[in-house]
Amino acid sequence: MIENPLSMIAVMALVTLLLRTLPFILFQKRRPFTLIEDLGAWLPYAMMGMLVVYCLKDLPSVAMTHAFLQIGCVMLVVLLQVWKRNTLFSIVLSTLCYMILLPFC
Amino acid sequence: MKREVIRQAWGKTIPVMAGYLVLGMGFGILMKAKGYGMGLALLMSVFVYAGSLQYAAVSLFSSSANLWMAAMTAFMVNARHLFYGLSMLKRYRGAGWKKLYLMHALSDETYSLVCNGAPSNVTDPHAYYFYVSLFDQLYWVIGTLCGSLLGTIIPFDLAGIEFSMTALFVTVFVEQWISVKEHRPALIGLGVSALCLLLFGKDNFLLAAMVLICIWLCAIRKRLRQKEALK
Repeated sequence: MIENPLSMIAVMALVTLLLRTLPFILFQKRRPFTLIEDLGAWLPYAMMGMLVVYCLKDLPSVAMTHAFLQIGCVMLVVLLQVWKRNTLFSIVLSTLCYMILLPFC
Repeated sequence: MKREVIRQAWGKTIPVMAGYLVLGMGFGILMKAKGYGMGLALLMSVFVYAGSLQYAAVSLFSSSANLWMAAMTAFMVNARHLFYGLSMLKRYRGAGWKKLYLMHALSDETYSLVCNGAPSNVTDPHAYYFYVSLFDQLYWVIGTLCGSLLGTIIPFDLAGIEFSMTALFVTVFVEQWISVKEHRPALIGLGVSALCLLLFGKDNFLLAAMVLICIWLCAIRKRLRQKEALK
């Protein structure tokens, strides 16, 4: 039998909220130990690397040309960002490139 | 003063806008296609507000999944949010009533914007974080609304626009790389995730990658701190 979508949404909302609030609840009053503080300081750098890989998670399974397009456009973002340091400019230009070339892949 | 904060926040969220509108729309269309109306779709975008989980949920609804499976899926897909919270402990401290919403709205993209801190000319950083979070979720909800309304008819071809998300993460990665001399955490994040992707496949690698990244960072944290102190 199929569960009521409403109750499933409630469960998923609750679990997600719990994951998002738990660190704040645990360390609201007492200072987190240095281990947690160190993790908090360095995790953003590692997490952003992880998110980049997450966005490219289809690379191993897509067609070769498509994979090259993705890698090429990621390299374009890096170059543009290092060159101009303008986030919006890098994103718009590389996304346009990707959209224009995608039909040929 | 307040308008200035809103303007700043809006400017920073523009890169997220395109991606969220389109992905939100995709979610609305998918829900509609599977026979779920606008009400349920909006409910999810407001209260669950987690892109990949919402997409995964659509297939859960139509299978014979139970509540336990829904909870497990939510945990696996969103466990990374535990770590986002950890690195925002200090920034969100003392945010008062705004904090409840700040915690709920800490999505991937919002995290990538707020974890770099507020612009230096912003006097009330909590207000800035609040508006960044609010704008991002608004884009997502508006996208969902449009998707539900449009159904399967899209006026123009938007294929490939999802790359804007990838580009956003890459620009944040580059900015972070330029801002510190200590590059090991960034390299560990990239390397471990790529390795786990190859080993465990794209549906299962996130949790393994997170655990390994945390263990590795804990193991080398003493050396990391020394190097930072040298800077």
